[in-house]
Amino acid sequence: MSTVGGNMAAPITSETDGNIKENSMFLKKTLSAVPPLTLRIVAECPVTKARACDLTLPHSSVSTPVFMPVGTQGTLKGITADQLEGLGCQICLGNTYHLGMRPGPELIEKANGLHGFMNWRRNLLTDSGGFQMVSLVELSEVTEEGVKFKSPYDGKEILLSPEKSISIQNSLGSDIMMQLDDVVSSTVKGPRVEEAMHRSIRWLDRCIAANKHPDKQNLFAIIQGGLDAELRKACLDEMTKRDVPGFAIGGLSGGEEKDDFWRMVTLSTDHLPREKPRYLMGVGYAVDLVVCVALGCDMFDCVFPTRTARFGSALVPWGSLQVKQKQYAKDFQPIDPDCQCPTCKRHSRAYLHALFKSDTAAMHHITIHNIAYQLTLMRSVRQSIVEGRFPEFILTFMKRMFPSPDQYPGWAVEALASVNVTLE
Amino acid sequence: MKLELSKVVQGRCRLGQLKEIGRMGQHSLDIPGCLLYTHLGTVPHLTQDTLHTLSSLPTVTQVTLSNIAEHQEVLDEFKGGFKTFAGLHDTVLYCSLHDSAAHRPTGHTTNKTVSVWGSGGRIELTVAKFMALQRMVQPDWYQAMADGETWQTGTSRKRVRKSVDRSLAHLDECLLVHQKSQELDGVSVFGVVEGGDILEERLCSARETAKRPVAGFCLDGFQTGAMDQALRSQLIAAVTEELPEDKPRLLQGVGRPDEVLACVEAGVDLFEGFFPFQATERGCALCFRFDVTPDPESAVFEKKEAGETQPNGDLNCDDQTHMTRFEMDLKDKRHQDDFRPLVEGCGCYCCRNHQRAYVHHLLVTNELLAGVLLMMHNTSHYHSFFRAVREALANDKMDLLRRRVLGTLTE
Repeated sequence: MSTVGGNMAAPITSETDGNIKENSMFLKKTLSAVPPLTLRIVAECPVTKARACDLTLPHSSVSTPVFMPVGTQGTLKGITADQLEGLGCQICLGNTYHLGMRPGPELIEKANGLHGFMNWRRNLLTDSGGFQMVSLVELSEVTEEGVKFKSPYDGKEILLSPEKSISIQNSLGSDIMMQLDDVVSSTVKGPRVEEAMHRSIRWLDRCIAANKHPDKQNLFAIIQGGLDAELRKACLDEMTKRDVPGFAIGGLSGGEEKDDFWRMVTLSTDHLPREKPRYLMGVGYAVDLVVCVALGCDMFDCVFPTRTARFGSALVPWGSLQVKQKQYAKDFQPIDPDCQCPTCKRHSRAYLHALFKSDTAAMHHITIHNIAYQLTLMRSVRQSIVEGRFPEFILTFMKRMFPSPDQYPGWAVEALASVNVTLE
Repeated sequence: MKLELSKVVQGRCRLGQLKEIGRMGQHSLDIPGCLLYTHLGTVPHLTQDTLHTLSSLPTVTQVTLSNIAEHQEVLDEFKGGFKTFAGLHDTVLYCSLHDSAAHRPTGHTTNKTVSVWGSGGRIELTVAKFMALQRMVQPDWYQAMADGETWQTGTSRKRVRKSVDRSLAHLDECLLVHQKSQELDGVSVFGVVEGGDILEERLCSARETAKRPVAGFCLDGFQTGAMDQALRSQLIAAVTEELPEDKPRLLQGVGRPDEVLACVEAGVDLFEGFFPFQATERGCALCFRFDVTPDPESAVFEKKEAGETQPNGDLNCDDQTHMTRFEMDLKDKRHQDDFRPLVEGCGCYCCRNHQRAYVHHLLVTNELLAGVLLMMHNTSHYHSFFRAVREALANDKMDLLRRRVLGTLTE
């Protein structure tokens, strides 16, 4: 496991002790001057705002655009680390909130970080725990200090501050850490949104200050501002002044109208630096991925593909297939005849349909397929950008996904039009 | 199938190989051995990728009609047989009637029918329906339909006698249909020996079943909880006396390591492999030792472990769902920060890649991966145990092995 900037070369031998010390200090400084993240833009789409990049992180390099599966509690729902690696996954997520609760940062540190604990050799991204504050727990209070909430396990009150979040993430040792942001639901309007935006900037600065390992762990900022263009712009202006290795677009994918959603995404990418990665949080539906790549995003995460798998929903280029439905009981073809994943190479819809009545392995088969689907989709997107045919890819993709053009989602048509792609 | 014995101890306990199994006769199975336990052809929790991390799988995969019966229409339409339907690897398919690890309600057996329980409820089987299923499954080998409802305490003699008579009648009918079925050409049938806990009935069933042209014998009604091991050993020894030496004996419903050892010594060749699954469902990892060759390193290890007292299950526990002394409870807090593998020296995927602390975490957080990792370990551990049984038999070390497995071997 090589860590960029983390390995010390042997000091150059020299006459005196003093010289040896000086040289090793020089080498240490030189080595730590290599950033833990580099982005190389391999291709840019001349029509849309899409890019294909090579993102080099401490544990391995990542090809973007990339979809990152979510392994909430240090595991990807029934899939081993080897299986995930075998599918070509280069980076996945862990959740600071969950892991901070169980088993806790001290234990994970003892286990050589989350990488060691899970035995995952490639990259990890951890979120700050902010989103779970809103989505999962009984929120006690948000103050300047941090977020106070009640632990669901023992009812005790806990304070998650920017410092605490970063401390946990430092213990987890993830390659990319997210700042703690003041998370407000995208359906909320009014002064709370502005307050949260400004506070997120202040918390960003506190997170940057609290990061113990800037040479190994990349701290991303999260652009807030809700659905208000002015607030978002203000946030962009401020946050891009900070020298962070990457930016996430936050506060979206929460139930807001898609018409507002895409406008905020494209506004954000318009004002984010070209040479840093753009991570759109919580987006994972195929159509959303393709459109948001066109709008200039590089990285995505979502629980949807893995969660829906456990309900028997298999993702396919023409939508989804509910394997547990009666119509598949005697359907002897694989989920997707063109899919090369281990599930489709060996099993039929009929067998999986039957297996759902007998064993949990049925869920694992669909999980594997869905991850393969997402990763293959992104690989194809990337390839089309590299080969200069991304707009054509989009047209083919949409045709496959929707039975007829009048079923194309209105927001997607508009969003793509805004980057010069006209759907029929 | 052909049974080649390389050694017989005390006229009963056998070591050897079951050869030419499978329709093409291309597989063999070492005995004493166990079968690969599955739910509808899938080893619980595992996909083919995770399954094949196991270095040596039993060559025989077991499926049960209790899982399959409800899919009769599907198999009928598929026509290609169960192996192809399930996407199985190259293996011998053995089809049994019941799932020994599943709860089996009683009181629904009649003179002409037995019942199995699928996900949608009870399915009644006549011999005709039973054989129709076999023709659709196209196994390499199956057990005849049988009435084994004799294991509840207080089963009357009359009831036991009925199970013997019915099972013989079912066997004869099955064989008749079998001979007429092209789809079952080259497929082996096992007769099922019944008789509850009554010696005379057992002998009668054994003698009569042995007269039929079957490839081997299932010993039914002996499952854990039906009787204590002393009686079980006594009855099995008496039964195997009446069975031809050159045909294999498969014991149903027994999987606990100490019981396995006793039954091997009583004359059993094959066991079902459901015990690892039961341990997995309890969140437990099999950890009993079965090494008998003197190894200075393991002596040191033994010393280290000696200080640890695992919470032991009851040795004589008749409830199959309770933890046994052969496993450790990974939900126990003591494993929270234990960074050792489940079992030191175990070569399974879980022990090579993960630690007790991680598996503990997965169990505490109800994560699906816990079942996957535990199943891989438990399956590996259990099959390695069977290898140890064969080695011990070959080297006259059965007594040492028994003491090692029970944890009473001190050196």
